[in-house]
Amino acid sequence: MTDPILEVSNLSIRYPGASSEAVRGVSFTLGRERLGVVGESGSGKSTVGRALLKLLPGARITADRLRFEDLDLLALSEAEMLKVRGRRMSMILQDPKFSLNPIQRVGSQVAETCLRHFPVSRAEAKAKTLEMLAAVNIRDPERVHDLYPHEISGGMGQRVMIAMMLLADPDLVIADEPTSALDVTVRLQVLNILDGLVRDRGIGLIMISHDLNLVRNFCDRVLIMYAGRVVETLKAGEFDKAQHPYTRGLLAAQPRIGGPRKPLAVLDRRPEWTEELPA
Amino acid sequence: MSTGRRRLRRAAGQLASVAITLLGLLVLTFFIGRMMPADPVRAIVGEDATPETYDMVHAQLGLDRPLWAQFLRYMGDVLTGNFGQSIRTGQPVIQDILHVMPATIELATFAIVIGAGLGIPLGVLAAVNRDRWIDHAVRVFSLFGHSMPIFWTGMIGLLVFYAWLGWVGGSGRMDYFYIGMVPGRTGFLLIDSLLAGRWEVFRSAVNHLILPAALLGYSASAYITRMTRSFMLDQLNQEYMTTARVKGLSRGQTIWRHAFGNIRVQLVTIVALSYGALLEGAVLIETVFAWPGFGQYLTNNLVIGDMNAVMTCVLIVGVIFILLNLLSDVLYRLFDPRTK
Repeated sequence: MTDPILEVSNLSIRYPGASSEAVRGVSFTLGRERLGVVGESGSGKSTVGRALLKLLPGARITADRLRFEDLDLLALSEAEMLKVRGRRMSMILQDPKFSLNPIQRVGSQVAETCLRHFPVSRAEAKAKTLEMLAAVNIRDPERVHDLYPHEISGGMGQRVMIAMMLLADPDLVIADEPTSALDVTVRLQVLNILDGLVRDRGIGLIMISHDLNLVRNFCDRVLIMYAGRVVETLKAGEFDKAQHPYTRGLLAAQPRIGGPRKPLAVLDRRPEWTEELPA
Repeated sequence: MSTGRRRLRRAAGQLASVAITLLGLLVLTFFIGRMMPADPVRAIVGEDATPETYDMVHAQLGLDRPLWAQFLRYMGDVLTGNFGQSIRTGQPVIQDILHVMPATIELATFAIVIGAGLGIPLGVLAAVNRDRWIDHAVRVFSLFGHSMPIFWTGMIGLLVFYAWLGWVGGSGRMDYFYIGMVPGRTGFLLIDSLLAGRWEVFRSAVNHLILPAALLGYSASAYITRMTRSFMLDQLNQEYMTTARVKGLSRGQTIWRHAFGNIRVQLVTIVALSYGALLEGAVLIETVFAWPGFGQYLTNNLVIGDMNAVMTCVLIVGVIFILLNLLSDVLYRLFDPRTK
């Protein structure tokens, strides 16, 4: 691992009006690698992603350290964050059906990133957009450029999303369940495109997912979150060595083709796991 | 090719639906005319006429024939542009209406500009500050405008701004001594006075227009504010708003470029329908302000039972709404790519 892009130490997030914190004491570092974050719904994994972009209106974010490259994210003003979002750090959202503006052409939505961050003309932005669309394996960028989101498939929509978020060549991309809205058949295709671009450009990737096998195959390391805490961090190849009973429970609850036809294990959830980390 | 044919078919379908609505409207106005407890014959011949005269006029009006024949004749008349004579003025009804329409159009147009100019920004403001004090303040402000009866605010407005403060002109379209000073070329006083180069008349007309238009606009803005707020809230909760923020757009840019950009078509519909309502619904304010417009014309004729005039007024209101609905359909089709 090279010098870390992101250092997070003891991150806690509390939503306005909530009785307890949605995320508690999360710490991790990220280099130019692919980090998976898995957990059940409501475990706080998406909240962590949005907190890094400071896109949680009203929520109270505290941390001992929240450093992104040379920036102290906690200290940045909203005006300074505008120069970070989309340019140095971006996020791929879950479902292109909802995350693309339905009444703007796909191309102009991608070009908006370019126009926002670089002093370019509309023509230059369009050229850059077409180049990005080609980079995410869209065969006929000129045609797709002028389509509306409802005219393209989910897989293509997600590739457009990737083009939009990688256009400004950020150093960190958060992918918030980037494939869970897609058909199984196009999932792999989209992941391969994302993976290729992230590797080629040396981008740090945080992949938020609830698909254990997906993060296992596509990430270098995996954080396992439960009830707002990181319960265990594992190397992708070392899932078999998982120590924490929650991680083991998750693994045991997976069905396997050709496996024994017994009822799957029921996930055990213990309140004490939310209190402290195992030594 | 097939898209062209599809578009043609859709236009034909729309035309057919307009025709059917129009037919329904004609049936409705016809029956309103027949069911009204007003006797058109009596209105013409007067109280003292002999039964012979009464029967003669009754036959002249075609009232002795079966209902369906009367309806066919009515339909034929309307389609050939013959709306009958006004009993009161003896002139063709349509001519009378065209004469009073400009005063109402002037009033309603000013009112809708004020209503939309006030309502849309307030609605956006309320949505963006949802559940905060600004939202509540806007709600109270627009609820007040919505629930105050317009004849009451009209009278209070006259009392305060005309009688006490003297900021605006009183009732009527202009001060008395200007009446008849400019030739009525278009019927629109503001335009006519400018054409005649009479600045003092123009100023007087604006002075008289501003208060009723502002009050009407305020009451129309209540609806526009509420609708704008809910349209905006729909958009602000959409995931693509997050996408825009992640791209690095500021909150303001996201709100105006993405959310507001996406509700423009809906807003046009709302504003168009409000405009239609103002054109026909200015009855009360026209009465309070002695505004010689369509609303006053309708009320006067309703009172004296001039059925040709009333039926034609109802027909015109109906046609205005049909056309406004058509307009908003067309706008949706033009501006929302998903309907293509």
